[in-house]
Order: sequence, then C-alpha cells, then structure tokens
Amino acid sequence: MSRLESPGQIFTPEQSRVVQELASTLAPAQARWLSGYFAGLEAGLASLSQPTVAVPAAVSTRKLTILYGTETGNAAEVARALDVALKGKGLTCTLSDMADYKVRQLGQEQDVLIVVSTYGEGDPPEPAVSFFEFIESKKAPKLEDVRFSVLAFGDSTYEFYCNAGKRLDARFEELGATRLTPRLDCDVDYEDGAVAWTETMVERLGAEVSVVAVSTAQPQALATSAQIAHDKRNPFLAPVVENIVIVGRGSTKETRHIEFSLEGSGLTYEPGDALGIAASNDPAVVETLLAELSLSPDDELEHKGTRTALGEALTQKFEITAATPRFLDYWTLLSEADELKALQAEDHAGERAVFLRTHHVVDIMRRFPVSGVTAQGFVSALRPLQPRLYSLASSLAATPDEAHLTVAPVRYELHNEIRTGVASCLLADRLTDDDHLPVYIQSNPHFRLPEDDVPVIMIGAGTGVAPYRAFMQEREVRGADGNNWLFFGERNFRTDFLYQTEWQGWLKDETLTRMDVAFSRDRDEKVYVQHRMKEQSREIFAWLEEGAHVYVCGDATNLAPDVHDTLIDIVASEGHTGREAAEDYVRSLQSDHRYQRDVY
Amino acid sequence: MTTNSVDRSRDLSQPLDRLNPDETLKATSDFLRGTISEGLLDRITGAMSSPDDVKLMKFHGIYQQDDRSVRDERRRQKLEPAYQFMIRVRLPGGICTSAQWLKFDELARAHGGETLRMTTRQTFQFHWVLKGSLQPLIRGLHEVLLDTIAACGDDSRGVMCTVDPQSSRFHAEVSAMAKRISDHVIPKTRGYHEIWYGDERVASSEPEEPFYGRSYMPRKFKIAFAVPPSNDIDVYAQDLGYIPIGNPDRLEGFNVVIGGGMGRTDQAPETYPRLASLIGYIPVEQLTACTDAVMAVQRDYGDRKERMHARFKYTIDDKGLDWIKAEIEKNMGFAFEEARPFEFTTNGDSFGWNETPDGRHHRTVFVQSGRLNIELLDAMRDVARVHKGTFRLTPNQNLIIAGVESEDKASIDAILDMHGLLIETASTLRKNAIACVAFPTCGLAMAESERYMPTFLTKLEEILARHGLADEEITVRMSGCPNGCSRPYIAEIALTGRAPGKYNVYLGGGFHGQRLNRMVRENIAEPAILEFLEEVIGRYASEREPAEKFGDFCIRAGIVREVTEGRLSND
Ligand code: SRM
Ligand SMILES: Cc1cc2nc3c(=O)[nH]c(=O)nc-3n(C[C@H](O)[C@H](O)[C@H](O)COP(=O)(O)OP(=O)(O)OC[C@H]3O[C@@H](n4cnc5c(N)ncnc54)[C@H](O)[C@@H]3O)c2cc1C
Ligand SMILES: Cc1cc2nc3c(=O)[nH]c(=O)nc-3n(C[C@H](O)[C@H](O)[C@H](O)COP(=O)(O)O)c2cc1C
Ligand code: SF4
Repeated sequence: MSRLESPGQIFTPEQSRVVQELASTLAPAQARWLSGYFAGLEAGLASLSQPTVAVPAAVSTRKLTILYGTETGNAAEVARALDVALKGKGLTCTLSDMADYKVRQLGQEQDVLIVVSTYGEGDPPEPAVSFFEFIESKKAPKLEDVRFSVLAFGDSTYEFYCNAGKRLDARFEELGATRLTPRLDCDVDYEDGAVAWTETMVERLGAEVSVVAVSTAQPQALATSAQIAHDKRNPFLAPVVENIVIVGRGSTKETRHIEFSLEGSGLTYEPGDALGIAASNDPAVVETLLAELSLSPDDELEHKGTRTALGEALTQKFEITAATPRFLDYWTLLSEADELKALQAEDHAGERAVFLRTHHVVDIMRRFPVSGVTAQGFVSALRPLQPRLYSLASSLAATPDEAHLTVAPVRYELHNEIRTGVASCLLADRLTDDDHLPVYIQSNPHFRLPEDDVPVIMIGAGTGVAPYRAFMQEREVRGADGNNWLFFGERNFRTDFLYQTEWQGWLKDETLTRMDVAFSRDRDEKVYVQHRMKEQSREIFAWLEEGAHVYVCGDATNLAPDVHDTLIDIVASEGHTGREAAEDYVRSLQSDHRYQRDVY
Repeated sequence: MTTNSVDRSRDLSQPLDRLNPDETLKATSDFLRGTISEGLLDRITGAMSSPDDVKLMKFHGIYQQDDRSVRDERRRQKLEPAYQFMIRVRLPGGICTSAQWLKFDELARAHGGETLRMTTRQTFQFHWVLKGSLQPLIRGLHEVLLDTIAACGDDSRGVMCTVDPQSSRFHAEVSAMAKRISDHVIPKTRGYHEIWYGDERVASSEPEEPFYGRSYMPRKFKIAFAVPPSNDIDVYAQDLGYIPIGNPDRLEGFNVVIGGGMGRTDQAPETYPRLASLIGYIPVEQLTACTDAVMAVQRDYGDRKERMHARFKYTIDDKGLDWIKAEIEKNMGFAFEEARPFEFTTNGDSFGWNETPDGRHHRTVFVQSGRLNIELLDAMRDVARVHKGTFRLTPNQNLIIAGVESEDKASIDAILDMHGLLIETASTLRKNAIACVAFPTCGLAMAESERYMPTFLTKLEEILARHGLADEEITVRMSGCPNGCSRPYIAEIALTGRAPGKYNVYLGGGFHGQRLNRMVRENIAEPAILEFLEEVIGRYASEREPAEKFGDFCIRAGIVREVTEGRLSND
C-alpha cells in the first residue's frame, strides 16, 4: 500500500480522497483486482516516461510530424492539442491528417507522432486506408533514423481492439524506426490516457530543444475546442420537434424520421456531418442491475470528483448493456468462476470475444452471482456512456436551425429477453412530446459534396440514405448543376422506401438525375444495390470517367465490402483492365477523395 | 328532327382540338399501347408513371387505385399512396369452368390479397394487385383462355346474360350468343397481347380497329341479354338490351331496348338515370348486324366534348328516340319489326337447388355483396375440385354451382355443409340486396357501401320484422356514390353515398327493374334513414293491398311521385 501512504504526491487532493475512500470499502478480491487493473494501467502510462532509446545529442533540429487517422474526430482532436502543446514548447512541427499526407514524404521524416483509431474489423479509419495500404506495402521506404510513438484509439468491446494502432506500431518497427515510447491503447474513455501521452511527448521532445524560456503552455490537452459554444463535452439541449415512424404499415422495420431544433445553439453543420446524441440508459435496465446487485439507487459514489447517486450514475454516466473486457476481468475476480477464469487465457481471445458478444453486463451478473458488490467498485469496472452518432439527413441551407435524422431502432433478443439500443430506443420508446436531448455536431470532413458542377453517385441502404437527403437538399438550394445518381436499397418497396415522395419530387424537377432501387424481400431472389450497380456498369463507369464522386453510406459489414468489390468489377469489365489495375483505379479514387464512405 | 338538322358540333366529326382531351389521348395512343410497357418497369413508383397510361389501362381491364384508408398516414410518412390495381375479368354471361375457377382462386391467393369480388355485371374483380403482379396475373388468366380486354374503358363492356336456372337449352344458346357478341365487340388491337403476353409486334396492312377506329367509343357501352321471366340483369339499365323471344326449344329473335343507364351526379340536374326504351324486334340472325348498327350510332353521334354527357342515354334524349331508331335501321339496312309480347316477374335470384329440363341441377349460393373472402374461397375451391359442371355469377352478386348431375348433388351439399354454407340463413331481403364496392378501394366512393350494407340490412330486417314483413321481398340497393354501380335507381329502396355516413334515400322503383325510383331524402345519416323507413314500412304493413309490391305502394300512397322518364327524375 506504499502509494496510498502519501497519496498527495501522486494524486490531486480530490483523487487521493477518492482512493482513500475506495480503499476503505474494498473487499479482498476487489483489492486484488484493482491492483491488477492499476498495474496494467500504470504499466501503460508509466512506461511512457521511460526513454527506450538514448536520446542522441543535438536533435532540436529534427523534423517533427504529427500524423492522425480519424473518423469521428477523437484522434484529430488529441493530435491538434498535441500540436498546440509542442508549438508552445517552441518546437516546430507539422500536423497532418493521414488522408491528406503525401506518402512519398515518409522517407524524409525523422520524428513521427501517431494518433489513430480503429474501425470495422480492426481496420484503419476510412480516410486513412490509402496511407495504411502504402506503408504496409513493399513500396514503403526504410525508416532507420525515424523515431515514433503511437497513441491508439479503440473500443474494447470490439474484438480487434486498437488494431489499427497496433498495425502501425509494428510496421514502423519493421521498417527500422525506433520507439520514443511504447504504444498506448485507449478505450472510448480515452481522455486521461490522451492527456498523459501528450504530456510525455511534450516533456520528451521539449527537453531536446536547446531553446530556453518559452512560455510553458501547459498541454491544455483537450481544451482546444472549448471555444466552441457547444460540443461533445458541452452538448446543446435540443428540443425534439418531429419524431415519426416513416415506414408503412406491415413493415418489418421501424425506421424513424426525427427532427431537432438547433435554434439558439449556434451549432452549424455541413451535409455529411453527423449529430451526436448523449443518450441516457433505460431506467428499466438500471432497475434490473440494482436489483441484481441488491443496491439502492441512492447509494452514493465518487465519480469524476463529485459524489453521485448510483441510480443517477448508472442512468447517465456509464455503459450498462454491452460488457467490456475490463468488466469481465472485474467479475472474474469477484466471482472467481472457473469458466470466466478460463476465458482470461491469452489463447482464448476468440472464445472471449464470443462470450462478450453474447453476454452483456446483466447476463454475466446473473450467470455468476456475486454478493456484496459495492457501488464504487461496480462502476469502476464500467466505462463512460458514449454519445451515439447519427448522420444528418438535412441541410441547413434548406432547413435553417433544424437537424433531421433517420434512425433505425436497435432491438435484439438475448437470453430470451428483448434488449433495446440505448440511444435509438430512447428516441423510439422513451421520448415525450416536449423532450430535449443533449446533442452536438460531429463534423465529418471526409464525407463532403464536391464542387457544384461535379457529378455524384450516392450508394446507400436503409438509414444509410440519410446523408443523401442532406446532399440533395443542399444541391437543390445551391442550384448545383452537377448530375446526381442515387442507389437505394431496403427490404420492401411498399413499406420501406424511405423518403420516397421526396426522391420522386427531385427526380421530377431533375435535381436528382437518376435513381435505382433494390428491394431485397419483394421477390424470392434477393436483390441488393450492388446488383443494380452491376446492371448499370457501363453508365457508372462513364460517370466515373467524367470525374464523378462516389459515396457509400450505411451498413459496414455487408453493404460496404460488396459495393467496394462491385466497383472494382465494374472498372475491370468496363475499363477492360485487369483486376490489379481496377483495384489501383478504385484506390486512387479513394486517395483523390472521390470515393468516400461513411459506414457503421 | 331529321338527319340534316342534327347537331354534330360535339361528336366524332369534329377535329380533336375541339373535343375532350381524352379523345386526343385515345387517338394518339397507338391503339391503346401508350407507354404502358415502360411504365410497368418504373421501380420508383407503384403507380403508372404517366396519367395517360392510367386511363389507357382501363381498356385493358385494369384500374389504378390506392388503399384510401392509409392515404393520409402515408403522406405524413413521405411515402406515396399505397398504389395497387383492380383487375376486371371479361366473363360473358358470368360463366366459368371449374378449371377456370381454380385459376381465379390461385391468382387471388398469390396476387389479389386473398379475396375475389363478384360484380354486378357477372364477373370477377381482383383487388390489391401490385404493379409487379399485373403481368403474372394476366398471363395466369391467359392459361385458362380468359382475358380482361374492354372490361373497362370507352368500349363495349362485359356482356351480361340471365343465369336462368329454369331453362337449359335456351340458356345455353343465349349465353353462347352473349359470348359471341362479347368477342365481336371488344377492341381488336394487338397492343394487349404485346404488353401482357409479350407478343412481338407484327406489321400489318389491315386496320387495327375495323369498327372502333382510333377514337373508340365516346364512353362505356353496355350490352346484356335478359331471358323472361327473369330480368336479373336489369335490361332497362343497359345501353343495349336484348330480350330473347321464342319458346324453350326454339329461339326466334330478340326484342331490342336501348339507352338505359344509371349514373347521375349530385347537384347536376342535367345528369340522370334512364330506363332503356323498347324499339322493336329482330330475328336471331340479325343479332350482330343490329349490335354493330346501334353501337355505330353512339360511336358517331355520341358527345365527345363532355364525358358527363357522353353516354348513349343522353345521345338518345338529345337527338330523339325516333331519329336514333331510324339511324340504326339505316345502318342495319332493314327495319325493326313490331316488338313481341314478353313478361318479367323478378330481377332477383332463386336460391337453393333448381332442376332444369335436361335433368341437371343448379344450386344458388348467397354471397354477401359478391365478396369472396378467404373462407368462401376455401369452400368454393373444395367444390371446384370435384364439380364437373360450371359456375355462374349472378347479376345480384350471388353464385350458382350449375350443371350438377343428380348423383353429384349429395357430394356438393356435403362440401357446402362442411363449410357451413348448406343452410341459407340469410333473409329474402338480404339475398337480393346489392351493394357496390366503395371503400377502401374505389377511388370515387363518398360513403361506405359493401362494408356498411350488412349492418344496415340487419337494422332494416328488424324494422320489417316489427311490422310482420320479415319474408317480404323488397329490392334494396346501396351505392357509395351517385354513379350507381349497384343499379340503385331501379330498386324499391336505394341509398347512394354523399359523404362518410351520409346518404340520399330513394323510393318507388319497380320490383323487377321496370320503373325508376326518386330521391325522397337527401344527405341524411343512419338514424334519420331508419326513422324514415320505419314510418314508410309501417304504413306499407297496414295500408298495402294484397300482393302489392313495396315500390308500387310508395307511389300509390303518394310517398313519392312516380318517375315516368329519366330526364324528369330530378324535378
Ligand atoms: C365492381 C362494380 C360494382 C360492384 O359492386 O359489382 C363497379 C365498380 C366500379 N365502377 Fe361501376 N361498377 C360496376 C357496375 C356498374 C353499373 C351496373 C351495370 O353496369 O349494370 C353501373 C350503372 C350502369 C351504368 O353504367 O350507367 C356503373 C356505373 C359506374 C359509373 C357511372 C357511369 C355513368 O355513366 O355515369 C362509374 C364512373 C365513371 O364511369 O365515370 C363507375 C366506375 C366504377 C369504378 C371502376 C370506379 C372508378 O371508375 O374508379 C368502380 C371500381 C370500384 C372497385 O374498387 O372495384 N361505374 N357501374 C361493378 C362492375 C361491373 C362489371 O363487372 O363490369
Ligand atoms: C458515423 C456514424 C453514423 C451513423 N448514422 C446512423 C444513422 O444515420 N441512423 C442510424 O440509425 N444509426 C446510425 N449510426 C449508428 C448509431 O450511431 C448507433 O450505433 C445505433 O443507433 C445503435 O445505438 P444504440 O445506443 O441505440 O444501441 P446500443 O445500446 O449501442 O446497442 C448496440 C449494441 O448492442 C449490442 N447488440 C446489438 N445487437 C445484438 C445482438 N443481436 N446480440 C447481442 N448484442 C447485440 C452490441 O453490443 C451493439 O454494439 C451511425 C453510426 C456512426 C458511427
Ligand atoms: C463503426 C465503428 C466500428 C469500430 N470498430 C472498432 C474496432 O474494430 N476496434 C476498436 O478497437 N475500436 C473500434 N471502434 C471504436 C473507435 O475506434 C473509437 O470510437 C475511437 O475513439 C474513434 O476515434 P476517432 O474519432 O478518431 O475515429 C469502432 C467505432 C465505430 C463507430
Ligand atoms: S357506385 Fe360509386 S362508390 Fe360504388 S363502386 Fe361505383 S363508383 Fe365506386
């Protein structure tokens, strides 16, 4: 307990109070788990400050580049903060999005600081794909005298946790580069880790510059965007002004059209951006958990330095549906169940992932009952409740001060219970007429309309059509003369043709040039958008040759890959090139930002 | 009036730009092809992309409709109306075989929302058919040698024929003529075969429409055969009606009636129902010549400026019956003979088993408003699987299992019994009542009809019972709008819709369709309707003369003034 004797030196007074209190409440098993937990965390943070290479002399002149790969902006935010902090130390550095980074410069780099998140099946963020392809290819240059460090963002509920970061970390090493500090993996509650990593980088590299008194701008890590009135950390309470089911009777779907008023928020957005909603959990689920824990909603606990009631915390602050590996560790320790212990083993990663997919927090608790769990202990194993993102289905130009969404409620059965998605079913089931929800704008610079005269091909299924409604509204208002072609897919024509009358209107007045639809459940044989694309191969290729931009939005697991392959097929067949060449063609579409995807 | 003084400013002789736009549409439709084939391929809408095609498709027996009960809801959902199609089969005389029945059944289950509707003109309608199902359905009908040509549109519609379960040879002969005339008067364009069967278009020097030409008829034209004593097909409501003359084993000729029609429009006194006028007699062999001659007069002189005034009945009243008759005779090349005596006694159906001279048996089954729901479909499918005879659809929307050998009666009864249809529990009143389709499919409906009729009849039955008239035969007909698809204006009691829950009430029609009724109450709701009928029926019960029919009583008692001529029915 050596650390706790003089907590003041390590912790802020606030923190040490928490630690003290926590310590006093700990059951042996919890103590054991915590030490393990902190040990792990510490290993990560602490290791940062240990130079892994002797710092060569006179390096203050080294070229310094910050590279980030992001989809929803977290990595960008942290990278920007780092940039500010380093410049504050008098360092000259360039900040660059992997999406815009000229890969041939890589050879000239010296110090490279990387912040990157992970998507799909452990893939890089969409905009960083071509950067990854280059660096992981044979074309990549040797990086002998390069120093680097990786900050990886991820979500531990996914099987390939922080995998994109891991890939870069390994690849840089392969190419001969040396680590400034070991990679740091951050879960969705990445703030603390990000701050620590940023500080370390600033200290490490700052120490290398011979410059004396520079205004020591403390790494205001995440404060840079604080100027913006409303953002992720300071969402705007927006009234819900419209909320209706827009699939017809007898539909197998429940898709909704929802409108928020942004009046007075100062929030603005562009077509392609998303709206973040800080949803709260279903009170019913909270009750169930409390019952399982036999704890009272009024039990107090410490969260971010303030005392909060457990009920409140579980409703507003933490993810309480899907379980994280951290929660699994925690519960393993408490329950000491062999079945859970077995899952801990490194070589059981697969089973572990499956177990986590099929067992949410409540399922684990029910299956491996543990008594005497404390409020503080329990939440320490949960992670913060994350806002959910929804593509904006409207354009400010057409609907000033409004934000429209197209939402498909998530419902699924698990252990013979119907479970509901936190945000989507808050919108679907738990809103009253005059409700307000905390929202913010999540900008997406990698899903943007081109110049007015450039043709676009929009491909989407289900709610993936949302941003195209925004695109069409925008182009209509701007009187853009570029052609527009929409491919839309859903289940049934009669009930699921989202925004049908609006598309018909735009086709009539020729705002929308063409539209092809695929309904998979109207006939026995299933038809999807990629089939319609195939039917139009010649035309699609012609549009591409005319410089059309291609957009794909919606389902990440099937739609995106199938459409991608279809695009390559089309280029191969219509361009009479081999598959290789076709892949290059599509790849360059990507790197020229002419092929943009927003999939989830 | 004489030929040279006749006004031709509104007919076929005029250039298209002086006529109703629909005339241009027909003339430029490339003989009803339009762009239907293209429209069928449009995946963005469940409707036909071009409004013109919607009109042209009527000539193919297809009506574009939408489920009116979800219209508003879907508008708010940013979804187009729930478009669907109604398909009307061409079934002259309402006769079909068991094999054909089984095909109807199969198609209704696959494409028609598991329901079939037997119409007041003795045919089937499929409802709830989606665009993508049109071709499969019409091809399915083709497999059993049936089509939907001219079931709707400005042409000669389905030809009716008395079901006549009393006679055999006579019926066989007359219904065969109905079929022959129907085949003769339908459009001859190959467009139908190209669009629906996918036939190749073949160039030909022959005119595509020898009779109709490019402009077809000014409006729908309806032909029917009524075999006395039964006037079940309401011969006086037809544009052209034939009354076979002769004796059961020798058909000699026909009395000819022209100019009947029901349709009227509220607040438009210039529109009115009209009973067909008897103009003479023709020998059997002149049937086709006479039909062509009559239709030619309407084709050439009918009003093509204003569709509301385009039916034959108005052409006759405008030009004068004598002049029209003369024109017809000119076209025929010979004169009508003196009409022969005949007598109608009823326009209702005779239920239960009937035997005909050929020793065959025919069973009439009551079907409320002609609606075959899934239960009735199941029952009749079982019948059709064993039945060796035919089915006959009655003009009163009922069904006859016809041509049953004595030894097979039991098995038919057993099947009906199994499905609870053996004992007819419906009252006489109900069995011969007619209600049109109206909501939710009919685009012109102003009030409920088919869906409201059952409850209305129950209440009317209670009134009759209260006055000891439970078994009295009274014709009751309801239409959801003044168009009169249930032929209401010749019923003893009629209701036509004005607005949801509101109806006009008519009394005084002739029991076997020989006299028009007159509106006695306008735009009133159920309580007022029942209160009024209670009073009138009460008087009928106490003041009627022996065997006096309700319609006749209403006139004698001065409850309603007799309508002597259609054009006077509004004053
Ligand atoms: C199905 C049927 C009623 C029934 O319950 O059986 C029917 C149903 C319709 N009739 Fe009719 N008519 C039907 C017999 C009649 C009759 C009775 C008869 O012909 O013996 C009449 C009165 C006789 C006459 O023609 O005057 C009739 C007079 C009309 C009219 C008014 C015509 C007029 O000259 O005023 C219309 C409206 C129109 O044509 O503009 C009409 C129009 C319609 C339409 C197609 C509505 C429309 O135009 O969009 C209805 C379709 C509703 C639906 O959803 O099915 N229907 N319609 C009958 C089908 C007969 C057939 O198999 O061909
Ligand atoms: C950039 C972006 C744009 C988006 N745009 C839209 C949009 O326009 N419209 C839209 O509807 N959504 C959109 N989404 C998805 C949306 O953000 C949410 O992910 C979705 O609504 C689910 O959130 P939720 O809180 O309702 O469900 P959650 O509470 O997050 O539940 C989802 C979780 O439930 C669990 N789960 C789900 N199914 C099962 C199962 N069968 N078995 C076991 N566990 C299961 C999984 O852990 C899953 O992660 C977008 C996402 C992103 C990233
Ligand atoms: C659709 C989607 C898929 C994701 N897939 C993974 C994954 O496979 N592995 C992982 O560790 N994190 C995954 N994440 C979590 C993100 O990496 C995490 O939210 C990160 O903070 C996003 O950073 P960014 O805003 O810089 O893109 C996924 C997130 C989303 C929205
Ligand atoms: S009478 Fe009117 S409501 Fe009834 S079916 Fe005919 S057109 Fe429709």
